Amino acid sequence: MASSVDAERSREPTAPVGAIAVGALCLIVVGGIYLAAHIPGPVSLLPAYILLVAAFALFASAVGLLWRLPDFAWPRFFQVGRWALLAYLISAGMLEYVFVLDRVPKPELVLLTLMLVVYATDIPLILAFTVARLQTPSP
Amino acid sequence: MTAAELQGDPRVGHAPGAVRGVEIVPLRGLPIVGIVLVALIVAIYGNWLWALDFFHVVGGGLWTAIDLFVGLVIGPILGRLSIPARMEFSARFMPKMVLIMPTLVTMTLGSGFQLARHLGNLSAGSPNHGWLVASFIVVGVMAVIALGVLEPANIAVLFEMRRPHPRPAVIAKLMQRFIYTAGVTGVMQIATLVIMTRLAS
Repeated sequence: MASSVDAERSREPTAPVGAIAVGALCLIVVGGIYLAAHIPGPVSLLPAYILLVAAFALFASAVGLLWRLPDFAWPRFFQVGRWALLAYLISAGMLEYVFVLDRVPKPELVLLTLMLVVYATDIPLILAFTVARLQTPSP
Repeated sequence: MTAAELQGDPRVGHAPGAVRGVEIVPLRGLPIVGIVLVALIVAIYGNWLWALDFFHVVGGGLWTAIDLFVGLVIGPILGRLSIPARMEFSARFMPKMVLIMPTLVTMTLGSGFQLARHLGNLSAGSPNHGWLVASFIVVGVMAVIALGVLEPANIAVLFEMRRPHPRPAVIAKLMQRFIYTAGVTGVMQIATLVIMTRLAS
């Protein structure tokens, strides 16, 4: 029993996709806190843009690593990913609704919207990868 | 508990079979979640102080209480149960948490941001602004732990339990995340209580 478990576990992808995607989430959260701490007053957008670009770079590298995995349970990944994407698009939509309703100035709104796009795609990636990496790869 | 320890655990005996009827998302609960979210949208749109207060206090109170109760009471009890008992409990408990916690978090944060704006606490000139920023940081830490670490583990455990032969070692490894983060979450929730009572005083 233990040997079959070990054999199955040895097939788990070792690429740090989850850790990199969590890093992207951290940067988005820090950027969100920075902006939320300053609006509705004047705020320099440069630090938030740097955080956004860094978060996107991490997200893109996580996707790149994922894409190159040789054996992976893609059907399960997409099954979990699409439902998670739907849930987090609703969640991001709620936040966007609040920002629009509160008449957040356009430059800040654009930045927050881009952060929400990364948020709504990064979390489904983390969820789907965590589930699929433990599943038997499809033939 | 490590996988090796788990495999040597006399309580395990053999890998238990799949827990019957494990559902990832309890579909019967979705209409309730929908009603709560619609009510929240209406409350934010109307910008009514009582409604915002209601969603923030109820959502935040339940979020903190459930987090602390699960981390400090349920978690240690669960850790002492046999693996099959843990799996039986988790198979019924975790799907409910998949719906309850995101709903409470959305209620709390959505209404909280609007409430802060309504009361003028978002403004940098407000005497409460520092406390508010502290609450953003606390929530940020909890969000990363919940969304990046715990929720994926929760879903992965549920999928593992649906296998014909769930692997106890895999479930134990995923559940370790809850043990490692319980302390941080507990400290953050206590900090939340301090900040929120300070803001309301």
